[in-house]
Amino acid sequence: MALIYPKTSTAAFPAHDYAPYRSTAKRHPKQPLVIMPHTLGELTGPVHGQELVRPGDNDLTKMHAGEPIGERIVVTGRVLDEDGRPVPNALLEIWQANSAGRYVHVIEVHDAPLDPNFTGAGRAMTDADGRYQFITIKPGAYPWGNHHNAWRPAHIHFSVFGSSFLSRIVTQMYFPGDPLFSYDPIFQSVTDPKDRERMICRFDIEATRPEWALAYQYDIVLRGRNATPTEELHHD
Amino acid sequence: MTDAAPKRPTGITPSATVGPFFKYGLTPRGAYPWNDIILSSTITPDVAGERIAIAGRVMDGDGAAMADAMIEIWQADSAGRFAHPLQGGGANASFTGFARTDTAKDGSFRFETIRPGAVPGATGAGGPMQAPHILVVVFARGMLRHLYTRIYFADQAAANAADPVLALVPAARRATLIAEHVANGDYHFDIRIQGDDETVFFDI
Repeated sequence: MALIYPKTSTAAFPAHDYAPYRSTAKRHPKQPLVIMPHTLGELTGPVHGQELVRPGDNDLTKMHAGEPIGERIVVTGRVLDEDGRPVPNALLEIWQANSAGRYVHVIEVHDAPLDPNFTGAGRAMTDADGRYQFITIKPGAYPWGNHHNAWRPAHIHFSVFGSSFLSRIVTQMYFPGDPLFSYDPIFQSVTDPKDRERMICRFDIEATRPEWALAYQYDIVLRGRNATPTEELHHD
Repeated sequence: MTDAAPKRPTGITPSATVGPFFKYGLTPRGAYPWNDIILSSTITPDVAGERIAIAGRVMDGDGAAMADAMIEIWQADSAGRFAHPLQGGGANASFTGFARTDTAKDGSFRFETIRPGAVPGATGAGGPMQAPHILVVVFARGMLRHLYTRIYFADQAAANAADPVLALVPAARRATLIAEHVANGDYHFDIRIQGDDETVFFDI
């Protein structure tokens, strides 16, 4: 079965150079990217063993002696390819700030409290239906130095591996109704409103667990599609 | 695939920057209460092939060190086979061909791996072989989307001269993709995101 990776799908990606996000100025290539055909290396990709993800790695609220402060949430969804087919055994790694908007990373300087019961890292692997689930607390917005009074909307970082090296993506998931979207250059760097919608999770009352946690749905669509049976007939 | 075609998404999920704080989640290396699952070495006890190390620095458009970059590599084994269902199981069963590292304060990184074998090019078996190479992807704060590049080896001049991908690169820029042979199994490869001697990145 041939795998096809049309490049047109990456039109959804932000540009390398986006002036309002100041640190892109020195960190984008100025020379043209070289176009090349896909060879075996591009079409294959790391296959992660199930043993990499331990039971409980997807529950960021149970990793310390006590539970973290903040709104407990369920974040669930499917990893899909461009044709909407599930990607099973996809490795997801997430990291986020705590409910006060503070990261545990040592270089973080935001004057907000650390939570001794929250590190903020998790991982999961999708099942046969491409589905994953995380339990965590809702991260707070946090200030950064891009411009005066700059704040990042609440977000969870996602790193995702798909079926090939080309499907690889690192992205950020946002929450519906955040007042900071129109002020955030990183969010705004994605210019098409339809593409922006794909970065925001959807509140889901059906998946919400009574008296326990609100639930949000977040599907991740990766580059790549399997050839449909019709197309297969035209290949040898 | 017998069920009805699923509803086609309107597009793919957009990329975002990895940001400055990924280390505790992706490359904790004992500095945070989280375990490492992807290391900077591809080497397993029984792996076949010549052990090599590739070290270098990641630099920005001012030539300044990028202390907050993340690099991942993907490569074939010493027999030129990728650890992926498309190539079937090889003799080198435990080799994953994949590694990840972050950069230190001076922008430096180091991978340990085995020398990859040559793999066929885009036209498949019977067409021109590619020179031994390693696929690279780079992430960092200030990069809204990742960048792809490749590492070739200076002591593979004949193979490099016939490589179908290097042939697509403007001749004056090919050297940015070739790791310098330092000694024995040690290679040096710098990644310059912008500016003088900017590394070639691929649109794939």
